[in-house]
Amino acid sequence: MSAYDKVLLARAKDRPTGLSYIENIFTGFMELHGDRRFADDPAIVGGLAQLGGMPVTVIAMEKGGDMKDKVRRNFGAPNPEGYRKALRLMKQAEKFHRPVVCFVDTSGAYCGLGAEERGQGQAIAENLVEMAGLATPIVSILIGEGGSGGALALAVADQVWILENAVYSVISPEGCASILWKDPKRVKDAADCLRLTARDMEELGVVERVIPEGEGRDFAPAYAQIKEGLLALLPQLLAMPPEELLEKRYQRFRAF
Amino acid sequence: MNLMGLFRSPQNELEKGGKEAEDQGIRNSCPRCGVQLPLTDLQENLNVCSACGYHFRVGPRERVFFICDEGSFQELDSDLMSRDLLGFPSYDQKLRNAKLASREKEGVLCGAAQVEGVACAVFCMDHNFMMGSMGTVVGEKITRLFEYATQHSLPVVGFTVSGGARMQEGILSLMQMAKTSAALKKHSDAGNFYLTVLTDPTLGGITASFAMDGDVIMAEPGATIGFAGPRVIEQTIRKKLPQGFQTAEFLLEHGFVDLIVPRGGQRQAIAQLLRLHGPAVLNPAEKEKEGAAV
Ligand SMILES: [Zn+2]
Repeated sequence: MSAYDKVLLARAKDRPTGLSYIENIFTGFMELHGDRRFADDPAIVGGLAQLGGMPVTVIAMEKGGDMKDKVRRNFGAPNPEGYRKALRLMKQAEKFHRPVVCFVDTSGAYCGLGAEERGQGQAIAENLVEMAGLATPIVSILIGEGGSGGALALAVADQVWILENAVYSVISPEGCASILWKDPKRVKDAADCLRLTARDMEELGVVERVIPEGEGRDFAPAYAQIKEGLLALLPQLLAMPPEELLEKRYQRFRAF
Repeated sequence: MNLMGLFRSPQNELEKGGKEAEDQGIRNSCPRCGVQLPLTDLQENLNVCSACGYHFRVGPRERVFFICDEGSFQELDSDLMSRDLLGFPSYDQKLRNAKLASREKEGVLCGAAQVEGVACAVFCMDHNFMMGSMGTVVGEKITRLFEYATQHSLPVVGFTVSGGARMQEGILSLMQMAKTSAALKKHSDAGNFYLTVLTDPTLGGITASFAMDGDVIMAEPGATIGFAGPRVIEQTIRKKLPQGFQTAEFLLEHGFVDLIVPRGGQRQAIAQLLRLHGPAVLNPAEKEKEGAAV
């Protein structure tokens, strides 16, 4: 399977989106809304849930179900208020010392007038800094498209996992082909050159784990693996003194 | 427009402008107002158009020359150079061209310096080096500078100019945003001051990381500053952007920039900000002076 086939799979319409992961891995999800500054961004869903009886803050990018829902959620392209809501919920998690689990799936942060007016760059920048210093465990899981800074804004974590057919890239293959080669038809070459597949992420040390998807569209085994993995990892991370947790997180990103 | 030759001696007749140019005096026309500016006047005016105030882009060594006390700048990590880590087509060639165009080894200049006697760490990005794009070496140099500044309890003054991430380094380029953010967080948590000066253009992954993290954010007049590039937004919304969108003035109006300072006033403004971030204790000598002024 070529890198570009993976890109298409990661974008496939029938691929489960953020909310499916929340529903299938956690219990008792209560969604919390709004960034307390401007609005509630439906492209990012966040709230509280339980995992093995333990309270967890869960945040997911959500591309939407039917067309109406996709439009409402801006096809999973967050505005600044989405990132600010995510940060608000993370700070809450830090206060109550519960872990944060993020599901990342976006073609990128939204590129619109309002997004610029309300500081898209500033919102992402703030998340990167605050996540680097958040004194509670964070695990981020790339489930579909990991589109550049807009994805990284939920992925400065103690561990980053990726689904077998998800991708993570600094720019879309389309963007790369048109900027670098002025030739949108060279998307496949761009996808190869960018090294954006789950295997690439593992080789480059960008992720700790690749979650197999298996055959077909049944994601139950993937949900089960993620759940099992989180049940094993989160207690370990919670047991670590905050200084040690943060220093390890620092060194994790310092290595690049 | 080629400003490369301004701060070094010309390498050939063409750069010198030839015999004819010598006779007439070399002139540059301002891209905004079209006025013909004699090069010597432009240089004296810090590369700002004397007619309309247009700020020409300047390289990192010129920045240091404008801002830092004479002879105080000591470059750090000057020998770090990018390699083609992912085997990306023609990246090696682009790096060679960038070195020739900028006469630098990478897209950011870092060092320790003094501004009106106040010690600080300084970084200046370089538009002549692949439009200041951030790859692993740019990220590494900036990270090391923050670590150095944290270790020595120094403020950091950073001049940004960048088109964003360096595509040729793929995901490793994206990771630089997290790396630099983590380093500046440590610097900040230790109580140190960080000032950013946003210059034209500051876009993409730079805006979405260390450019917007300053305790104080200064911008140069007219600079384009944003997350998405203007063309990308126009493609997304299928409309032309309003006049003045994503300028420094626009960001000031929307609350994302503290102050806009023309190049000629930056040295003084930076020095003042550095002093105002010193310890909050009464200084008998200064107190005397303030009293005398009343
Ligand atoms: Zn002019």
